[in-house]
Amino acid sequence: MALDDRKSDFTFVGTRPNRPDGLDKVTGRAKFGADISAPGMLHGAILRSPHAHARIVKIDTSKAEAHKDVKAVVTRADFSDKVEFKPGLSGEFWNVLENVMASDKALYDGHAVAAVAATSALAARDALKLIEVEYEVLPHVTDVDKAMAPDAPIIREGAADYSVPEGMHPNVVRYHESGHGDVDAGFAEADLVIEDSFATEATHQGYIEPHACMGSLGSDGKGELWCTTQGHWIAQKTCAALLGIETSQLRVTASEIGGGFGGKTTVFIEPVALALSRKANRPVKIVMSRSEVFRATGPTASASMDIKIGMKKDGTITAAQGIFRLQGGAFPGAPGDMTAMCAFAPYNLTNVRQVGYDVMSNRPKQAAYRAPGAPMGAFAVESVLDELCNQLGLDPVDVRLKNAAHEGTKASYGPTYERIGLVETLEAAKAHPHYSAPLKPGQGRGISCGFWFNHGGETSVSLALSEDGSAQVMVGTPDIGGSRASMALMAAEVLGIPYENIRVTVADTATLGYNDVSHGSRVTYASGLATIKAARHAVEQLCARAAASWGIPADAVKWENGCAVPSGPNAGDFDPRPLADITAHMGATGGPISGHFEATPEGAGVSFGTHIVDAEVDPETGKTSITRYTVIQDAGKAIHPTYVEGQYQGGAAQGIGWALNEEYIYGDDGRLQNSIFLDYRIPVASDLPMIDTVIVEVPNPGHPFGVRGVGETGIVPPLAAIANAVSNAAGVRMKQLPMSPPRILAALKDNG
Amino acid sequence: MSKLHVSTTVNGDTVEYLCDPRETLLDCLRDKLNLTGAKEGCGTGDCGACSVTVDGRLVCSCLMLGVEAEGKQIETVEGIADGDILHPLQKKMIEYAALQCGICTPGVLVAAKSLLEKNPNPTEEETRYWLAGNLCRCTGYDKIIRAVMDTAAEMREAS
Repeated sequence: MALDDRKSDFTFVGTRPNRPDGLDKVTGRAKFGADISAPGMLHGAILRSPHAHARIVKIDTSKAEAHKDVKAVVTRADFSDKVEFKPGLSGEFWNVLENVMASDKALYDGHAVAAVAATSALAARDALKLIEVEYEVLPHVTDVDKAMAPDAPIIREGAADYSVPEGMHPNVVRYHESGHGDVDAGFAEADLVIEDSFATEATHQGYIEPHACMGSLGSDGKGELWCTTQGHWIAQKTCAALLGIETSQLRVTASEIGGGFGGKTTVFIEPVALALSRKANRPVKIVMSRSEVFRATGPTASASMDIKIGMKKDGTITAAQGIFRLQGGAFPGAPGDMTAMCAFAPYNLTNVRQVGYDVMSNRPKQAAYRAPGAPMGAFAVESVLDELCNQLGLDPVDVRLKNAAHEGTKASYGPTYERIGLVETLEAAKAHPHYSAPLKPGQGRGISCGFWFNHGGETSVSLALSEDGSAQVMVGTPDIGGSRASMALMAAEVLGIPYENIRVTVADTATLGYNDVSHGSRVTYASGLATIKAARHAVEQLCARAAASWGIPADAVKWENGCAVPSGPNAGDFDPRPLADITAHMGATGGPISGHFEATPEGAGVSFGTHIVDAEVDPETGKTSITRYTVIQDAGKAIHPTYVEGQYQGGAAQGIGWALNEEYIYGDDGRLQNSIFLDYRIPVASDLPMIDTVIVEVPNPGHPFGVRGVGETGIVPPLAAIANAVSNAAGVRMKQLPMSPPRILAALKDNG
Repeated sequence: MSKLHVSTTVNGDTVEYLCDPRETLLDCLRDKLNLTGAKEGCGTGDCGACSVTVDGRLVCSCLMLGVEAEGKQIETVEGIADGDILHPLQKKMIEYAALQCGICTPGVLVAAKSLLEKNPNPTEEETRYWLAGNLCRCTGYDKIIRAVMDTAAEMREAS
């Protein structure tokens, strides 16, 4: 499926070498967040609210402080008092601080209220029992629709920003509306209009490595932090603000990261470890338990959605409208705007209108989860499209092809698309043997498209050549899924030296300029672009050194297959000079040769995918089995195709979990009832089939090699594709996730 | 609470440690012996990231107390390679890109090695059910299953 006509130009890009950090990762040598220790280190533990919503009347820490093993106790008073509360997301540091350590109120079950540092992990855990907290329990709300109702308890007055229309409940804190055309006129033109409501539950990113860190902060305001994070510069900036120290005085090193999926793009325990360390004058390590991860770190938002779509008999969509209400916990940030903007993005629509709400409730602060907001909207929209196809007797791929966005389409969320690859993924779906394979009785097939923006972000990369002709590349984006391999491939491509001769390191905050987080599917795109440009910067100098040695102008030399060569017959007749020949003499010919890049790449290139799923529903038990799954997605250019396939497969697997099993279950008391992996069940190996992948390559004009990010789009179609497959298998439209066995049995029963 | 003295064997080496009776084998491996290859993903025996073998039996080291290791033979991920020669499973995991973040990899390797010792010719279904106790959130298991089955085929051919 290589549509990239430049493929033959590549020597290294597109090959599948072993990852550079493979040995460390298969021998247990790789150091993850919890694998650190230091001389004199203490262990921290955090006391958490057992209430969903409560005023903190008094915290008495005196007994804990008096214990011989306890070296420090902190509460909110030990953090900066200079962080300002502001509405919406404009005061995000305050929101994070309030989430890291509660001030006047505990806002959800699991909200941190105090912390201790003690001489052992067991002593720290025991000491928490010595802290006495007096709570005044308040009414709570955990459901998005109930949180918007007039009588809902108010989570925090004044949290709503300018975007919210007058008259809404104070729990509605951000509002988004966009679209174009006239939807009412469009619905009037339709032969069939379907209007329906859908709901999804909150799910957790479910990374297998719990949050872990070790912080050390002195009375001189200088500190060191080691943590598992998707972005250590954001950790540096946030911790510095929350502790009232200068950003540059805190050096943050990212450990190897055991999964993140968006959930490790902020801080939770890191400022607490630093505050404890400042008080105890010793390094403090904190490692979350799994239950703490579920109760107090970001799940994704839950959603309640109303969709209305009109279609002509020939499959043309005449109008589309969506209302998306997202609950994001006790702080602003639920991506109602993203859900709204992505929901109809795959289609070329004359009339479209979308509205998104960001709603607060007594749940943990939501965090990004892989294409945040997009999967829920796609579930609702693509379910209605499937129903329209069923009722009009149309082929679901043909209908999507008929309405598919392409280059020049005005997107539902505003801009005009450049070159995009949606049509190519749909054509590949139609041609794929999976799409025409016969189904067995009891099975259903579903398809869905999905869209994600992708992101550029602030990026710094530094590349240095060594005398022996090897190269080291320093990037600032933690390697969350094999990105060292991609960076090395791209550097090898430009420098023309073997992949194995390049070492890629994730630098700490003290040794490289600012880098945005490993999120937004940006690493291969932005750090890749930065690596290519840093390598080209070094190549310019290599050419200049060769030119000087030949006594010709620098612009008369070009770089070819790892060698400086005269740019043409007029430049002179000289033997090619390989990279290692130039670097061997670099000390005497002008000094070290390095390249670097610092900028914010803007051409991330949006991405589309189409998934095909077969599901089998057992009418006796309501259990669903996924019998076949195919992911088709545009990668722009696959730098390391095996890791691209891995992203597709991983996104699909997480989507299967979200669609069929995973959900946050709250009791009437507002407490999370399934805070361990036994009760919050993510897919295991025996739940899944092999997941087929097709890499479509429609080059992104915004990247030198055509790369589009691939990490997130893969989780957008699964919820809808699986819901369509299950609905077609069961003969009843499933409108609520997860489609757990009890819910499917209830739907079958209602359907008679 | 006073600590207890434990004498055991880890990856063939005789080791001793003092532990609190409440500490798990995983705590002792990681914090007392500095063998941080086994990971704590859940602490409740659900994720398998802490998998080790005890007298040849596959266990979650978070569900076993440190004191119970007395006199036992423990094998961890650090003992899988033979010096600088990687076990075929380790090689295949890298070759198949059967890991993305790598946090589950030590547990998967210990569990898969244990599978192949008991069943050198597992079907895909047998492999999936044997590894059902090892959670991976990155890969969707596809490449892990392929790596394990290909290793099994290669080891059968070699023997």
